[in-house]
Amino acid sequence: MSTISQTRRSFLKTTAAGAAMAAALPSWALASGKPVKVAGIFTLPVEQQWISRIHLAAVAAQTRGDIEYTYSENTSNTDYPRVMREYAENGYDLIVGEIFGVEQEAREVIADYPNVAFLMGSSFKQDPALPNLSVFDNYIQDASYLSGIIAGAMSKSGNIGMVGGFPIPEVNRLMHAFMAGAREMNPNIKFQVAFIGSWFDPPKAKETAYAMIENGADMLYAERFGVSDAAKEKGVLAIGNVIDTQADYPNTVVASALWHFESTIDAAIAKVRDGKFTAEDYGVYSFMKEGGCSLAPYGTFEGKIPQAAVDLVNKRTAEIKSGAFTVEINDSEPKSA
Amino acid sequence: MELFDILLSVSFWAAAIRIASPLIFATMGELICERAGVLNLGIEGIMVAGAFAGWISVWAGMPLWFGVAVAMVVGMGFGLLHSILSVPFGLSQHVVGVGITLLATSVTFFTYRVALPEVSSPPKITAFAPVELPILSDIPLIGPALFHQTPLTYAAYVCVALTAWVLYRTPLGLAVRAAGENPSAVAAQGLSVTAIRMGAVIVGSGFMAVGGAFLTMSAFDSFFFEMVGGRGWICIALVVFGAWRPGKALFGAVLFAAFDALQIRLQQTGIGAAIPYQLFLMMPYILSILALVLMSRRAEVPAALMVPFSKGER
Repeated sequence: MSTISQTRRSFLKTTAAGAAMAAALPSWALASGKPVKVAGIFTLPVEQQWISRIHLAAVAAQTRGDIEYTYSENTSNTDYPRVMREYAENGYDLIVGEIFGVEQEAREVIADYPNVAFLMGSSFKQDPALPNLSVFDNYIQDASYLSGIIAGAMSKSGNIGMVGGFPIPEVNRLMHAFMAGAREMNPNIKFQVAFIGSWFDPPKAKETAYAMIENGADMLYAERFGVSDAAKEKGVLAIGNVIDTQADYPNTVVASALWHFESTIDAAIAKVRDGKFTAEDYGVYSFMKEGGCSLAPYGTFEGKIPQAAVDLVNKRTAEIKSGAFTVEINDSEPKSA
Repeated sequence: MELFDILLSVSFWAAAIRIASPLIFATMGELICERAGVLNLGIEGIMVAGAFAGWISVWAGMPLWFGVAVAMVVGMGFGLLHSILSVPFGLSQHVVGVGITLLATSVTFFTYRVALPEVSSPPKITAFAPVELPILSDIPLIGPALFHQTPLTYAAYVCVALTAWVLYRTPLGLAVRAAGENPSAVAAQGLSVTAIRMGAVIVGSGFMAVGGAFLTMSAFDSFFFEMVGGRGWICIALVVFGAWRPGKALFGAVLFAAFDALQIRLQQTGIGAAIPYQLFLMMPYILSILALVLMSRRAEVPAALMVPFSKGER
């Protein structure tokens, strides 16, 4: 304890030194070696697919000793700005979360705490006027595209059903990438697209998937919980999104596009520690090149996927990583076609 | 014409009944409360609590029907709390109801997190599977739609029949209806309005919880925190739609569910590509409002609904 006890004189000295440093560096710059204090604020329980990737990456960073991590889950959007203020007031260095539902209010809070770094999931881009806000989103279109190649090859009826929550950019771009991949294998493929207007209504997602199967779909894009259940019950196949659900549906989920948040949060932690955190778009850290996304192992479907599709997946993976091939980012609302 | 193809398909009507089942339970529950003169806005939270309680009991190794019973008992517990505050204390039924909803959802999430602290997808249970009823399921179109469902859907049919029979064919039902129309007359008969109203709220809340449990034990096999998603509020409207009568309320629930099943299917047709999906999602609500306007003209609201009763007061 003696190392941190200090006399008034030494306090003044360090304060003066600190002030001199602050002139050169933003004040969130930390002495290296000291863990960064990170707080997560999530609007749903940390089990939710999207949130679980952020949470688990933060837990991993904490296990390594890079950060001290705490979180609030199931925070409603009406409470969100208040919780942001609480963590900002309590000396957290980096606040991670999602402001899709409170874009404007959250930016007002962020402007009030210029010394706290905010890394937020957002539908909008970074703003140079808010240098302490960086945005991210799950730009895993590379992996979605590869999963689409497999779906296109595995669908015998050439009819794929896609059930989404809301047509927001992150959902749309992954659907478009998936569709582009499927068309690589079968240019005449038919897509049924529906949105259920909820993130968490598995019974409704399941009903929607049933309707698509009745309408000829033999492959489903499981953006929501409930879709793979319908596929399993009706004996058709499904492609997972964000997390690997094959363990729960071993004969149903052929492949999954996985999101790895580690590269995003590790970049942010390093920048906070070095005092280099500025307004940036961290979306690129979700790209396959950065290790931000991947195709889950084929697992139970190893050897059951047509070789032509596996070959194309391998070829494209190499091309995406080398930069020779870029998956198009299309944020417009997909339609049945 | 694609619309007629959809309307004539068995799978469409089977989907409508599936979607309607949780609404039927909860609507009957709300109807019983309101016939006795108590508006129960705790419905949404009680459904969440029921959905969780039934599912977690089965996950812990109990049989399915035991899980349904647990859900019902949990619902009745919240009903008891609601009725104590709203009936003998005569507090604002709006405030009490919303309070119960907030309490029930928060307690549910707290219990969930204590029971399942590990972060992974919520565990699955073996849910009720569809059972074909012999003979009845052979009736063309209607048979497979109505009688190739899960046992919990059959329980929903029984729930409606039982509610209608008790309300209209038994002295108890007469007392419940009178408590909602003219509580002084009930008191003059030497009956306790307080006991009747509390009993109605407790039983009604039990049915609501079973409606929630349908979602986790029949429609799906796992619990997600936001999965009730406003179904409770729809049931409040369905009671009004049904003019406080079980048969009409049943019709309303099936109609609403049919619109929902229809919009899912219409999204995939030619017009689906031309019209924004939001309009389809609105469809059940808009059509229900239109039907409500037409149906409710001759509705008789229980005269003493939301009027607290204190003995001896005039």
